[in-house]
Amino acid sequence: MGIPVSECLLKLMAEGYTLDDYRGDIPPRWCTGCGDNGILAAVQRLCRDEQLPPERTVFVSGIGCSSRFPHYMNAYGFHGLHGRALPVAEGIKLRRPDLHVFVSTGDGDCCSIGAAHWIHAIRYNMDMTVLMHDNQIYGLTKKQASPTSPRGVKSNTTPRGTYLDPLNPLSVTLGVANVSFVAQAVDWIPELLYDIISEAYHHKGFSFVRILQRCPEFMPHQFDPWVQNPDKMLLLTHEKGVQLSAGLSKVYRKQEAHDPGDLHRAREIASLSEQIPVGILYRDSDVPCYEDVRMVDRLHTPDVIKGVLEEEFDKFTIWPSE
Amino acid sequence: MDRQTLKEPRQEQVRRARVEKPKAASPRKTGQRRGSRAAAKQAVTLKEHVVEIVSDSGEGAQRCGQSFGSVAARMGNGIWTVEIIPAEIQPPARSIAGASGNRIRVASERVTNGGDEADLVVAFNEQVLLGRYRAKELKPGCIILLEDKWRTDPDAEIAVSYAHVYDELVAEGYKVHEIPMESECVKYVPDPRRGKNMFVLGLLCSIYSLDLEMAREQIRFVFRKKDAKVIDLNLELLGAGHDWAEENLDIKYAIPASKPKDPQIVMNGNTALALGVLASGMEVCAMYPITPATSASHYLSDIFERVGCVVHQAEDEIAACAFAIGASYAGKCAVTITSGPGLSLKQEGIGLAVMSEIPLVVVDVQRGGPSTGQPTKAEQGDLLSACFGGHGDAPKVVMAASTIEDCFYSVIMARKIAETFNMVVMVLTDASLATAQQPFPRPDFNEQWLAPPIDQSAVPEGASPYDWDPRTGLAPRFIPGQPNGMHCLTGLAHDRLSHVAYDPEINQEGIRNRSLKLATFQKTLKAPAIFGDEDGDLLIVGWGSTQGAIEEAVERLRADGKRVSSLHLKFLQPMPSGMKDMFRRFDKVMTVENTWSDSLDSEVFDEDSRRYAGLALLLRARFLVDVDCWGEVKGQSIKPGKIVRAVLERLP
Ligand SMILES: Cc1ncc(C[n+]2csc(CCOP(=O)(O)OP(=O)(O)O)c2C)c(N)n1
Ligand code: SF4
Ligand SMILES: [Mg+2]
Repeated sequence: MGIPVSECLLKLMAEGYTLDDYRGDIPPRWCTGCGDNGILAAVQRLCRDEQLPPERTVFVSGIGCSSRFPHYMNAYGFHGLHGRALPVAEGIKLRRPDLHVFVSTGDGDCCSIGAAHWIHAIRYNMDMTVLMHDNQIYGLTKKQASPTSPRGVKSNTTPRGTYLDPLNPLSVTLGVANVSFVAQAVDWIPELLYDIISEAYHHKGFSFVRILQRCPEFMPHQFDPWVQNPDKMLLLTHEKGVQLSAGLSKVYRKQEAHDPGDLHRAREIASLSEQIPVGILYRDSDVPCYEDVRMVDRLHTPDVIKGVLEEEFDKFTIWPSE
Repeated sequence: MDRQTLKEPRQEQVRRARVEKPKAASPRKTGQRRGSRAAAKQAVTLKEHVVEIVSDSGEGAQRCGQSFGSVAARMGNGIWTVEIIPAEIQPPARSIAGASGNRIRVASERVTNGGDEADLVVAFNEQVLLGRYRAKELKPGCIILLEDKWRTDPDAEIAVSYAHVYDELVAEGYKVHEIPMESECVKYVPDPRRGKNMFVLGLLCSIYSLDLEMAREQIRFVFRKKDAKVIDLNLELLGAGHDWAEENLDIKYAIPASKPKDPQIVMNGNTALALGVLASGMEVCAMYPITPATSASHYLSDIFERVGCVVHQAEDEIAACAFAIGASYAGKCAVTITSGPGLSLKQEGIGLAVMSEIPLVVVDVQRGGPSTGQPTKAEQGDLLSACFGGHGDAPKVVMAASTIEDCFYSVIMARKIAETFNMVVMVLTDASLATAQQPFPRPDFNEQWLAPPIDQSAVPEGASPYDWDPRTGLAPRFIPGQPNGMHCLTGLAHDRLSHVAYDPEINQEGIRNRSLKLATFQKTLKAPAIFGDEDGDLLIVGWGSTQGAIEEAVERLRADGKRVSSLHLKFLQPMPSGMKDMFRRFDKVMTVENTWSDSLDSEVFDEDSRRYAGLALLLRARFLVDVDCWGEVKGQSIKPGKIVRAVLERLP
């Protein structure tokens, strides 16, 4: 849910970051109609609404169309290696809890080459907002099957259609120990996209948002049945999740009051095949974050370092022996 | 069954017939003659001895050896200890490949390497002894102290095997003494397997005239976490071993110590490395377990939190490297410690750090390769992959630690270079430094070692993150949190603003500047000093852990009138200036490296096909000098005696 305009203006005058302050100095270079554009808009709005200081905000990504994301933000950005966005983000967050960390990763980036990191990132549960741009295809490398491509999708590496059923990122995430936040959004309902990313941002822990993202270039009709028929969508609402505006409620009539604390039901919802669920599937605010677990109450000052070094040297000193 | 004989595994039947009774002259079962010898013994003074203690794994030979080395070091002797590690955690008992233990070189003066073959070996069974014999680790005719219980083993096969080995070694001139270790130890402990080692420590204290009180102190230290009963028992065993030797053995040596003036510490290379990480001021070590690097991270995990820092065990080496890069990017320069296979996995990340100019320290504790290779064994095979392992042109600093002490200081220096030049610095050590122990002067803490606190001040408005200095190639480093410094770092070719560059000129400019930066760093390097005369017939060039052995070989050759010198490199990439002039003053230049190189011993190995060792290849390419090379890949440090032989072959 957006913040009323009046409130926004007030904020603006008080603290001063406008949408423009979050726009990178190069315009987005995604294809017209690419779902990534909508995700960028939602995130810029969130930064503005939360008044995140650009110098304290870091956008980390891997490689792919979606991983260009940090270039289009005015913040610190880290556009690194294919599949390795998460461990980079973890390294950043570990010693810099003062930084707001966002991750943009594609379905290939996250679920294929970076799959090991994804599983472990869930378990580390470090405080970061992870946007998985799932267009169900490899965009940047020009249309190869991804692990989330539905069975039968014809691509350049599967000209006769993919052979296997897709991997379900929601089910996988919900199956890993320490999972603390799982949501699904779609780029074609911007209002909810914003609300869900905002919930993810406010959750302390590893907030995983799978965003179904249209790729008109390579998968032009992939999501048509759902875009065209709102009844094929299932909106999850709850007082502990997101709530729908009257307008949305009217269009999307299939709704379920789903308590994000209900892991069992979350898993059932995750595995729906006909309907696309949108909303917060799961949230547990009590899972400890790795950066907190690993935080030790010791100063890292020259005196402390010297003290420990001398103590250790003492143990290994053989001469003089006493 | 290739257990019984020294060399020819299959002839056991023939040989078995030969040995029926133990030789009458054997000095075994001398326990009855208590007290008869003690008075007569006169210690023979030695300059040095190489002592080995080998057992099945789990019998404590390692602990015995380490303690023996520590006591000698406490007395002021020079020592160098080398671990003898079987490849398996629990190798079968009494197996040739299962020898576990320690080799200790004890000397009057400081020693810089493990020396040559053993002068005295203590073996807990004849099979592990056979393993060492076959590996040619025993000096011909050396002294052997052998557990005698196997001679009367109920299993006839074992008894026969023992007798064979015993007889053959005696026949070959080895001075084998059978020691009733177990039968003496059962007097004190119910399970003598777990006590023999301290009995043996007592034996060695007697043989080498070590101070028994210092040995007692050592035992109290080693077992400090155990209760008093355990300590007392081990003290008793120590005394028993000592007394037994005094009364029954005719061997008595003294290796006079030349006590050092400065305080000395003794540790292995991995411990020194971990302490170096702590002393460098780095806050994060991201790693994935891999032999022989892991023990550095074990120790660091133990101490790092006391200074508020973290060892992160990542899900794999790729993640460990990316994690370290993330921490460095965020202003907390990090280290990732690994060994060969892990280095291969980190290469893509290392390239990213080079491309985006993130400071990063990568430590590679080299092991035998390629592939899984020889995990516990020493080799220097990663030099070229450290310099050129990733794809594309990725200039970075590669340096090597050449002593245990150097493991400590190298990391400190590496962090400093990394953060001064925003570069990747690779530090190479290897399995031999990792596990060897040697005393060195206790470091004097210096605040300059530490990283400065991270800069969070505002960057001047309009400053660009890759504002390469045309003279040095250096660019500023903008750390998240610094106002006005926002930019999107990328592994793609980029311009000064860190914008993705599609322009061919900009790509070339970036690559040139990263190269310029390395050249700028090169200008800070001092030429290493030549060991020996400044000119002569042959110059040996080495790097890393071979320094001690090479210099000892040079000393021996020079003592023999040979005009041989050596040069040891700390920086392999870039290399210091001035070396070509040094090379010119010698008729021949060769490298000695613990890695493979073709020698011209086959028809198809000729000058057209010959593959050179890493450093030789680098030197040939850089200096256009005909650099020869010699090395071996036997999974252990090269011995000085072997270097002497290799050099002699090349001298006129
Ligand atoms: C190690 C490595 N392997 C392969 C590639 C090539 N590559 C770049 S992006 C990509 C897939 C991108 O797909 P996805 O992650 O789904 O992102 P999208 O472009 O669809 O947003 C591949 C295979 C690479 N850059 N690095
Ligand atoms: S190829 Fe697809 S994912 Fe990539 S920018 Fe174009 S529309 Fe977006
Ligand atoms: Mg994709």
